[in-house]
Amino acid sequence: MPQTVPLSWYLILSAILFGLGVAGFIFRRNIITVFMSIELMLNAVNLSFIAFSYQLRQVDGHIFSFFVMVVAAAEAAVGLAIILTVFKNRATLAIDEVNSLKN
Amino acid sequence: MDAFLFFLFAAIAVACGINLVVQTHPISSALSLIGVMGALAVLYLLLGAEFMAAAQMIVYAGAIMVLFVFVIMLLNAGAETRKSRATFAKLLGVPALIGFLMTVSFLIQALLPRTEPVKFGAFTGGTAQAIGKKLFTEYLLPFEVTSVLILIAILGAVVLARKEI
Repeated sequence: MPQTVPLSWYLILSAILFGLGVAGFIFRRNIITVFMSIELMLNAVNLSFIAFSYQLRQVDGHIFSFFVMVVAAAEAAVGLAIILTVFKNRATLAIDEVNSLKN
Repeated sequence: MDAFLFFLFAAIAVACGINLVVQTHPISSALSLIGVMGALAVLYLLLGAEFMAAAQMIVYAGAIMVLFVFVIMLLNAGAETRKSRATFAKLLGVPALIGFLMTVSFLIQALLPRTEPVKFGAFTGGTAQAIGKKLFTEYLLPFEVTSVLILIAILGAVVLARKEI
């Protein structure tokens, strides 16, 4: 077993997590699970930022990752409020039953 | 030791990520997401980002996920029902996803052939002191704009969650 791993493996892990997030976003029907998949994608991108920050020996990547985290918190607050409103009006959490624009 | 920790926590992150996508009940997905975030916090520590590791645990695994679990409990969300379309999507989507990820991995390895090995302790610039200094000098304007963004998000959440809408 090797003692250390190259930095590119962190990037591959980030790509795998992002791909899983995309799969969850496309395949899941529950609106809350779709929202959690978005959070997974944001986390994967944060890992990329921090890996590149290590490579360049600069702290700027951490700052970007910090801002992504803050925006994710704001997004979670507003998004969950929207989910609450949708559930109040439609009494469902399945995204393909919320299709008023189609008709 | 570095490689062992990376493999252990990368495996935990990927397993929890797969579990997030596969589980039908949202509360299982939420717990899997907390597992992913905890594993990623350890990987941040390995990369020398100690402040970000702490923030990941406090903000993501703490605050945001509590919000998610609270909404799942409040709406009494049950397991999702299957549709006939789902098997077709699985047959087509899973091989497509695996092929896509293998292509991306190959590209990363081919385009970055000589990335340096990650050693714990080689980069110690991610302390709270260093980040605070950057945040309040070079990135002061984005930091202030972020505070306005959070204020708007609070107002938006309050307006959306009112009774009348």
